[in-house]
Amino acid sequence: MNFLELIWLIPFVPLIGAGIMLLFGRGMPKQLVSLISPGAVGISFVLSLGAFVQLMGLEERRHEVVLGPWIEFLKADWGFLLDPLSGVMIMVVTGISFLIHIYSIGYMGHEHGPRHGGFYRFFGYLNLFVFFMLMLVLANNYVLLFVGWEGVGLCSYLLIGFYFHKKSAGDAGKKAFIVNRIGDAGFILGMFLLFKLTGSLNFGEVSAALTSGNFPVEAAGWGILSTTALLLFVGATGKSAQIPLYVWLPDAMEGPTPVSALIHAATMVTAGVYMVARSNALFALTPDASTVVAVVGAATAIFAASIGLVQNDIKRVLAYSTVSQLGYMFLAAGVGAYWVAIFHLFTHAFFKALLFLGSGSVIHAMSGEQDMRRMGGLKDKIPITFRVMFIGSLAIAGIPGLAGFFSKDEILWQTWSSPLGSHLLYVVGLATAAMTAFYMWRLMFMTFYGEGRMDEKTKHHIHESPAVMTVPLMILAAGSAVGGWIGVPKVFGENGFFQAFEHWLEPVFEPAAKVMATHGEHHPSHAVELGLMALSVCIAIGGILLARHIYLALKEDQRPTGGALYPVLLNKWYVDELYDILFINGLSKGGGTVLAAFDRSTIDGAVNGTAWTTRMVSKISMWYDTWIVDGLVNLSAFFVRAASYPMRFLHTGWVQSYALIFVAGVLAIFGFYWWGR
Amino acid sequence: MPTSFIPTAADLLRLSPDIVLTAGGALMMVIEPLTGAARKARMAAIAVLLIAAAMALSVMAYSDPGTSFSGMLVVDGFSTFFRILVYGCGLLTVLMSVDYFKRERGSESGEYYALIVFSLVGQSLMASANELVLLFIGLEISSIAGYIMAGYLRDDKRNNESALKYFLLGSFATAFMLYGVAWIYGLTGSTNLDTVRRAILGGAMEQSGQMLMIATALMFVGFAFKISAAPFHVWAPDVYQGAPAPVAAFLSAGAKAAAFAMLVRVAASAFFPLSAKWEMLLWATALATMIVGNFAALRQSNIKRMLAYSSVAHAGYILVAVTAHSEVGIAAVMFYLASYVLMTIGVFAVVTLVASKGERFVEIDDFSGLVQRQPMLAIALTIFLFSLIGIPLTGGFFAKFYVFKAALDSNLTWLTILGLLNSAAAAFYYLRVLVVMYMKPAAEGAGPVDPAGIGIKAAIVASAVGTLYLGVYPSAVLDFAGKAAQLVK
Repeated sequence: MNFLELIWLIPFVPLIGAGIMLLFGRGMPKQLVSLISPGAVGISFVLSLGAFVQLMGLEERRHEVVLGPWIEFLKADWGFLLDPLSGVMIMVVTGISFLIHIYSIGYMGHEHGPRHGGFYRFFGYLNLFVFFMLMLVLANNYVLLFVGWEGVGLCSYLLIGFYFHKKSAGDAGKKAFIVNRIGDAGFILGMFLLFKLTGSLNFGEVSAALTSGNFPVEAAGWGILSTTALLLFVGATGKSAQIPLYVWLPDAMEGPTPVSALIHAATMVTAGVYMVARSNALFALTPDASTVVAVVGAATAIFAASIGLVQNDIKRVLAYSTVSQLGYMFLAAGVGAYWVAIFHLFTHAFFKALLFLGSGSVIHAMSGEQDMRRMGGLKDKIPITFRVMFIGSLAIAGIPGLAGFFSKDEILWQTWSSPLGSHLLYVVGLATAAMTAFYMWRLMFMTFYGEGRMDEKTKHHIHESPAVMTVPLMILAAGSAVGGWIGVPKVFGENGFFQAFEHWLEPVFEPAAKVMATHGEHHPSHAVELGLMALSVCIAIGGILLARHIYLALKEDQRPTGGALYPVLLNKWYVDELYDILFINGLSKGGGTVLAAFDRSTIDGAVNGTAWTTRMVSKISMWYDTWIVDGLVNLSAFFVRAASYPMRFLHTGWVQSYALIFVAGVLAIFGFYWWGR
Repeated sequence: MPTSFIPTAADLLRLSPDIVLTAGGALMMVIEPLTGAARKARMAAIAVLLIAAAMALSVMAYSDPGTSFSGMLVVDGFSTFFRILVYGCGLLTVLMSVDYFKRERGSESGEYYALIVFSLVGQSLMASANELVLLFIGLEISSIAGYIMAGYLRDDKRNNESALKYFLLGSFATAFMLYGVAWIYGLTGSTNLDTVRRAILGGAMEQSGQMLMIATALMFVGFAFKISAAPFHVWAPDVYQGAPAPVAAFLSAGAKAAAFAMLVRVAASAFFPLSAKWEMLLWATALATMIVGNFAALRQSNIKRMLAYSSVAHAGYILVAVTAHSEVGIAAVMFYLASYVLMTIGVFAVVTLVASKGERFVEIDDFSGLVQRQPMLAIALTIFLFSLIGIPLTGGFFAKFYVFKAALDSNLTWLTILGLLNSAAAAFYYLRVLVVMYMKPAAEGAGPVDPAGIGIKAAIVASAVGTLYLGVYPSAVLDFAGKAAQLVK
């Protein structure tokens, strides 16, 4: 069977699943729903695996399938591209999605929904999401990618608002949608410019045009290439929740927990990173734009981590952690280490999905409680969940041997050593690593250790989740443990297997590598690399021990409060409030009020003009009827009334004011042509 | 002077759609009083047949493009595109109006369909006139029918108010336009678009530049009123809110498309030599129209009024493409209007249904829980709203895409950026309807939506299919528009 020719089926199988769910799911028993929907993703996973294996056997690791033309002048077809990068992405997306679908069967099991159909609708949306996400990563051009890009946003919006009887859920959904639209505006502009520059929006052609030598590296200053790259990056900041458009992601946690795991941690939010990596030929040509990417990434990483330090809602801690880890990925992309960005995306998908699903299991056990201040001592009551989350937390903290260590350490090392990197960004990254270890282990100690702080009723109910939930957790835990071994630093010796990830992605990032080579190579010594590695391990362990000291050893009233910084962090640096003042109140409400002054509904308002107009017109109609019946008797009366028309018209105060606006407009145009020529 | 005043066969063929509609409309008026009340529904069928015949004739006429009646009328790709578009819009309006008057007044009405047919004659002339006086006549034929339709339910005070306002302000605006035409005639000695263009190129600009600009500005006021561009848009919200919902659809879709056809033809032929001077004016108008439309729509609670402001905002996006002053821009205008007509008719058709007898349910909150009460209707409305927002795989996405691409090609960078930001902000008020529809339970008093008649169902399905078609496979329409966009050969 030739899987490579069938790659277009990979997205379409979940689409069929979604169609079945949303059209016929209502009458289906739950068992059938739990068979069809995860089954569709399972088939996609098998197809992806087959295609991935066959791709490894190809001479040139790249295969394109074009189903038909679409928009010819943009060179955008219904085309799908499988190369090492999209190969990694489809494996991550279908694999993690499949596990999360299985988990959801258990998690959403008691979900009857506000309308007794919550279950099928949930799986329908989830399948639809997988379809769009796979379109996004398999598209062979920017336009088709954008279709997936908008589609995942839409599904995310539908799923955030899934509990639509909660007002906060509806608001969060709207916020996500609007913020993403702002990012999309940047993305569309970037696409336009890219098309203008290269004459195509097909990935292969764009990259060939950019590396053809017609475009010199824009080192001397800010130019059209940098603008294009920056606009695309604006799109990425929206989707991947970076400064300044990160505000929607923490609120998105209103959705069901499996959704947070799939969409808002493991897959959709990494779309921005994928897009930047896909455009590496462009970013490599503009050191300035790349620096912006790196700085925004680093700033987001430390900023979000600092907020994560003090949050009390277990899902919010993880949400800020996601924002922070995405920042790491952009930092790597910004310093030109694209493969490391994708490597961290890969390992992060495992441990973040694990942590979210684990927290879902905790919430499940706690009868819906999400506040960590009312948890504690769960270690022995839900042992499987505890053990897998223990592994996940070690992985994200960067303990050697586990997945997170290899990818995060590689990012830090590249930031230090790359010609585009800097030591300052390294320090920011290192500080973020310390904070990461601290907030994750704060979460662990508050949730699983110490005394239980829940009420008796909840305590009584605590139970381990069913196997349908814990098995996916264990698989993810295995991935979090060993997933990083295919990207071991070269300093430990070179070996085909241990550096498999880097070599696998080499053909995709060749355009960038060519340009990077011109920056000149310098090889810092192995001793430095090993030294920095030891430093980051110490930092990670230090963070964990500090969290242990504060949240386990000290009593509640002895804990340091953080002083003046605490309320600032707790309120997320007041950014939401700032945006509210600037954009919501300032722009839309203020602007709306001004315009509302021009716009009073004359129909509902008790305005004398309305009554007069109505009376007048109905009189005219009545008069018309009478005239037809009685002949010309009333003609004279009509002339009298008609003559009084202009007079009364002046007194309505309404139509008149409209006419006045007209005249003002006319005069403005006249004035413009008379004097302003 | 033409050598012969007897029209040739080619002349007649090029005018044939208008001839058929005029004769058919007059015939409808004659037989209407003779038809029994129970049979008046047949008048809708006659109107459908007439419009279909006009469509077929305009396609036939396009097989032999050229001017007729001494260059007064022109049949080219552009005019054929807009003829088909306004006829299609008329057809959908007829379909969605079936049963409407029965519901509102207890009896169908034949005159109403005749008025639609007359209005289409006017709009078709606006699209194909090559001469300013004929343009004006077309505009008046279309508008006068529109004034009557807006007040068609004359016992309803909202209808009355709407009609009167539309009439007064409309007359006011056309007066400006007619004055402008008179000035143009005085300055160039002709009202034929090609002759005017030659006169401007031949030195009229140097002799009396300021006067010429004022004359074009006067005409622009007339155009701006019809396309509801700021600040000449103030009538639109009151009129659309007050008029019967199908009429509001007709006015905001068909009448606007014809008005844009007129504006584009004049700007791209007669006044093309002045385009550098027009650009600033169009730029500012486009921006103001987008901003006023979008921000005023944010605050509306009545859905018809919100859609009125949204239609103002869409006029702003289309003006962005007009500002581009290029063939790509004209093609973008044509594509945008095609998708705009479909989504507007569709959304108003859904509103007509939900509003129920007496148009009682026209607040946005009245749409709460629509997905439970009428799932298919909710899905249709979702498609139209997505298209209005501009989400991919609907016509509205590519429409915006081409408009902003055209603007960028003409180096209107700032206008493009501001336009894109506007369209991002616009998502908000459409989204409100979606939220209410999907995420709020139905209100206590809201009964089931009346069962839909076959006509309005057909109109909704056709608009939805058209919207999706333009979103999935835009090339066919776009290719035609691209070829037709070359107005001056």
